Amino acid sequence: MRINRRLVKNFDWGTFLIVILLSVIGIMTIYSATRPLLPHEQPNYHIKQIYWLLLGVTALFFIVGFDYIWLSRFAYPVYAIGIVLLLIVLFAGKIGMGAQRWLSIGPLSFQPSEIFRLMFIIVVSRHFLEINGTMGLTSIIKIFLVFTFIPLIILLKQPDLGTAVILLIMFLSLSIVKGLQKKVVILLIIIGALSIPFIGSIMWEGLKDYQKNRIVAFMEPEADPAGIGYHINQSKIAIGSGGILGKGYLKGTQGPFRFLPEKQTDFIFAVFAEEWGLVGSIFLLLIYLALILRGLDTALKAKDEFGRLLAAGITAMFSTYFFINVGMTLGIMPVVGIPLPFMSYGGTALLSNFIAAGILINIRSRRFELFY
Amino acid sequence: MSNNSRCDSQPSRNRILLASYVIVGLFALFAIRLWQLQVLQGKEYGKISMGNMLRIIKIPAPRGIIYDRNGAPLVKNSPYFYASLMPENLKQVNIQYLADILGINAGDIYARTNKKGLSPFEPIKLKEGLTFKEIAAIETRRSDFPGLIIDIDMSREYLYGDIGAHLIGYLGKLNPSQSKNPEFKDVPPEAFIGQWGTELIFDRTLRGIPGERIIEIDALGREIKLLKENPPVKGKDLKLSIDINLQKAAEEAFAGRAGAVVALKPDTGEILGLVSRPSFNPNLFARGVNYSQWVALIQDKKVPMLNRALQSQYPPGSTFKIVTAIAALNEGVVTPDTKVTCTGGITYGKWQFGCWKKGGHGTVSMHRAIVESCDVYFYEVGKRLGIDKIAEYARKLGLGNETGLQMVKERSGLIPDTKWKHEKRNQQWYLGETFNAAIGQGYVATTPMQMAQLMSVVANGGLIYSPVMVKAEGPLQPIASVDIKPHVLDLVRDGLYGVVNEGGGTGGAARSSIAPVGGKTGTAQVVGIRRSSHLLPEKFRDHAWFVAFAPIEKPAIAVCVFVEHGGHGGGAAAPIAKLAIEAYLKNEKLKAEN
Repeated sequence: MRINRRLVKNFDWGTFLIVILLSVIGIMTIYSATRPLLPHEQPNYHIKQIYWLLLGVTALFFIVGFDYIWLSRFAYPVYAIGIVLLLIVLFAGKIGMGAQRWLSIGPLSFQPSEIFRLMFIIVVSRHFLEINGTMGLTSIIKIFLVFTFIPLIILLKQPDLGTAVILLIMFLSLSIVKGLQKKVVILLIIIGALSIPFIGSIMWEGLKDYQKNRIVAFMEPEADPAGIGYHINQSKIAIGSGGILGKGYLKGTQGPFRFLPEKQTDFIFAVFAEEWGLVGSIFLLLIYLALILRGLDTALKAKDEFGRLLAAGITAMFSTYFFINVGMTLGIMPVVGIPLPFMSYGGTALLSNFIAAGILINIRSRRFELFY
Repeated sequence: MSNNSRCDSQPSRNRILLASYVIVGLFALFAIRLWQLQVLQGKEYGKISMGNMLRIIKIPAPRGIIYDRNGAPLVKNSPYFYASLMPENLKQVNIQYLADILGINAGDIYARTNKKGLSPFEPIKLKEGLTFKEIAAIETRRSDFPGLIIDIDMSREYLYGDIGAHLIGYLGKLNPSQSKNPEFKDVPPEAFIGQWGTELIFDRTLRGIPGERIIEIDALGREIKLLKENPPVKGKDLKLSIDINLQKAAEEAFAGRAGAVVALKPDTGEILGLVSRPSFNPNLFARGVNYSQWVALIQDKKVPMLNRALQSQYPPGSTFKIVTAIAALNEGVVTPDTKVTCTGGITYGKWQFGCWKKGGHGTVSMHRAIVESCDVYFYEVGKRLGIDKIAEYARKLGLGNETGLQMVKERSGLIPDTKWKHEKRNQQWYLGETFNAAIGQGYVATTPMQMAQLMSVVANGGLIYSPVMVKAEGPLQPIASVDIKPHVLDLVRDGLYGVVNEGGGTGGAARSSIAPVGGKTGTAQVVGIRRSSHLLPEKFRDHAWFVAFAPIEKPAIAVCVFVEHGGHGGGAAAPIAKLAIEAYLKNEKLKAEN
């Protein structure tokens, strides 16, 4: 590929530095969370994460190299491949954590749903281009049925409640950015309000025990401190015990001493907050805020509608992951097993997030280019 | 694509700006929540977080060892294995499988681990005293049992089994009333403390001070770091006054019969041996007695938990003639030369009072009356003394009162007199009852401990010592001295020597080649008929007594033997006394030679 001078000049270093900073903080925290307490233990989560980070950075630059317009050209076939991958996981996936999410190719195992969420943003953004002005009822139902309903069903079947919820939120976010007719907005609000109890009970029946437990635990965490409320309580203990200045790096105990479950993945924010206290946690929140606000700014400044939709969708994705994850860690949202972007241990998610960041940088770096 | 153009539509911009306000608002909410958790509740959560990983583990103190008077250990602390389970891991363990391996009830495991308020990381004991087979079975399936802990502890082993069990005692967990008692608040709930005998009486001495380990643990209960360790202080050792050789010889001599032996050191009151048969095996209690074994012990018709040396009282029979003789000689109602003719019995009113020897003893003096245990002679002596004098001397000599050994609830025996009969029965005293009392029958009742003390007083020249269980490291002070003329005791000791060593003496079975023994036989009637005991079924046979001391010149041991339904004292009890005396004196002689 040809090095584009203008691209180098306009490269979005802000977003790039933010995600690198988050990933480095993440790796440090993963090390602290899994650091050995006894001599014979040699966890290598942080090492693995460094490899994935290098892969992610490479992928990011690769993505930035091509004009994101290419994404719109391959959107439909890539989406089809994504659906097929989800189906393969459903039928042949490894059983992990009570749900099938993993796909193994040789020694590598990855989570197709982590990649699929990107494919989903791309294909919905692409399809919205077909519609002029704000969307009417028929078009939104059509798009929902074709592009959202199918993966939603597959994800719920896996079951991967977290990704399913996020898919729904991203679809709504994209629709709002694209623009809805007033009557559709009103209708959606009415349907939403009416269907909460109805969907709630259907969902409840369809939930697995561990999912029901999490919701009960969220409503009443002290009910059974050793059982289902345990995650939330231990997370609050970790964060709270950090105090204002924190216990200091590598001085936290809740994570490495295993009182906090899923310490290097879903509850990594609690490990960080324990060691860095209120000061560090607010600082970390500000970095995420910067990432999100910059993403929205990118959407505003995008040179075309596809770029705007894409940037808004990716930012919606980061925001949703962030708020659900940290909200759960802080004990103000139900426990839904989704990782904190860029910080949680997990290769596929990190790679996927770097590709997403690459797309954001791509859009921002090309904001002054005229289409040709 | 017509719409793929720079898009500056105002509505879209506004929606994105609105989204950023919403997002900033949510961040503010999170920041407030962080402030709430980390600032407002920070201290509280800090404490919980410390409590999560700090554990104080009690290290049991090794219990003091109990030795006999010659330094032979009677107990030892031996290690044993136990299994415990983290309640946290309950759901991951196949409880039925585990219960099968351990040979316990699965429901029991659930009951113990499912209690409310248990910490999920505090292991709960499932079984103590694992066999190596059980340990091997668990270890080979280790991965099936997360949170199962095999650990080692100490248990008490009683080296002589049921020998000396009443005296040495046993350990047990706190019983419900002790659990409520503030005196035991420093005892951990699973710990064993003394519950019987020496183990109970000297528990504080033997127990020691438990140590503490303050450790950091992780959520799996693994010890990560030792923060502080206070080592336990071993309990103090204890040297008992008993001689295990004597104890063993005496217990084995019972050969299945029931009864008691008390052996005292006449010049100190130290207990050289204390036997109560049948006995129990204190090793049964070492790791907690199981319910069925306990019920079996409690309901056993032979009452093994009864300490017969202190808790059984029977008429002392002719051994009581020692008291009558002392009283009579000291009061001067008879002289050593006073003679009485025995024709096999006397008649008083319409009642017959027979002598045990149907043909009669002929004319006897005090010495021969003691040697041959002539009842008729003592009827006459009793008549001259009167019951109140007999009772006065008996009490002076320590009968009718607890000896004061704080071991079990001791019985006091009974020394009747006119006042007693008037108060308790509201009846007058009859002379016939004096006849009976003079020869240790009727209302008179004594414990083996009292009779041993009586023998000790005779042997040491009139000093009463409190019986003690611990070896004396210096001379002990008597609690009372009985005012008896010295020549009276000489005369009685001569008689007791004759009982064992002269022709016609009833205690010949106690004669020893090691040292000259003095003693007195006694037979407590079970049924009111005088017949050759060996012809009767065992439960109707008389109880046999024998009291003795040795050596005559310089008494080193006083002993009382009581055999339930043993028949004649001379036949059943005297040989046991001989074995006990010889076992002790042999050992003392060996020590003296070295």
